[in-house]
Amino acid sequence: MPDNVEGVAPRPHPGSPADLFVAFTRLALMGFGGVLPVAQRELVERLGWLTQAEFAERLSIGQVLPGPNVINLALIIGDRYFGLRGAMAAVGGMIAAPMVLVLILAAAYGGLADIPAVAGAVRGMGAVAAGLVMAMALKLLPTLARNPLGRALWAPIAIACAVAIAGLRWPLIAVLLGLGSLSCAAAWWKLAPTATESETGP
Amino acid sequence: MTPADLFALFMHCLMLSLLAIGGAIATVPDLQRFVVVEHGWLSVADFNASIALAQAAPGPNLLFVAVVGFNAAGLLGALVAMSGMLLPSTVLTLAATRWGMRRRDTRSVKSFVAGMAPITLGLLAATGCLLAAPVSQRPVAWLLIAGTVLLMWRTRLSPLWALGAGALVGGFGGV
Repeated sequence: MPDNVEGVAPRPHPGSPADLFVAFTRLALMGFGGVLPVAQRELVERLGWLTQAEFAERLSIGQVLPGPNVINLALIIGDRYFGLRGAMAAVGGMIAAPMVLVLILAAAYGGLADIPAVAGAVRGMGAVAAGLVMAMALKLLPTLARNPLGRALWAPIAIACAVAIAGLRWPLIAVLLGLGSLSCAAAWWKLAPTATESETGP
Repeated sequence: MTPADLFALFMHCLMLSLLAIGGAIATVPDLQRFVVVEHGWLSVADFNASIALAQAAPGPNLLFVAVVGFNAAGLLGALVAMSGMLLPSTVLTLAATRWGMRRRDTRSVKSFVAGMAPITLGLLAATGCLLAAPVSQRPVAWLLIAGTVLLMWRTRLSPLWALGAGALVGGFGGV
């Protein structure tokens, strides 16, 4: 690989929607337990289609918009190069091959479910899956340090949300519309241009 | 499953698609409530096995929707659930991306991002708890969970190692 990436060389980019499809198929198939870290390595470091900053920016937009993060990310990146065709190619690549694979596994598992060792293995992986999700939550904590809400607000909101969903089993839509809009309103208030800039703690 | 059931699954996934803020995994608790508690299409154990299988396989987490649909209603269920989950958010994302990119420094967009961050955190915590619930009587499962959290939080090791260890421990009757 040439090492003059910092120079005037034109930025690498996908030559066709097929390139996008292949790239996203590849990164999806490498993404066990989460595609996002692999997507970053492939798109930014291996292919050089995006800088780290561009990647982070598109991800944050993909996260804000409804819909699965990585799917939104694929849509945004594909759309940038080839419009709708590019968006469809990227999402298709992300989903097609892994979906065929996982459904084959699901069908096979249906036949294997009676074997105690297989059922036990899946229970074990279920426990690990719980741990993976909890770790994702932990990894989110540092990003909240710069949240304009401040810990005094975001911590109770997060706890209330977890209790409402896991403890009280409220429907997600009620929590998002109720607690979510409350939280956004608080952020709007905190982000007021001039007021209350100095008195809150670090 | 009747065509009416399939339609109900499709409609629910359409709604969940628009609610999946901060990741598809955030919709797991509500999908579980709908599929297991409300309709009884799957048992809790089958639902959780579906999630675990999708997490163990490569690809986006979102594919748990296909597996849940598949286990509830076969191939048609998988396609119905997936297209329901993808359609609205795709349309919305494509429409809103340029608008959002241009306005990302405005107060309204920043408030939305900041306000949704703790919600996302709470949803992830809730999902972790719900996934842990069926194995919560087994001490070994707690060791697995704690070990996974430590491994993922503190190291850059692939989650494949944790999933492999979980499969191994569970396969020998540990969980």
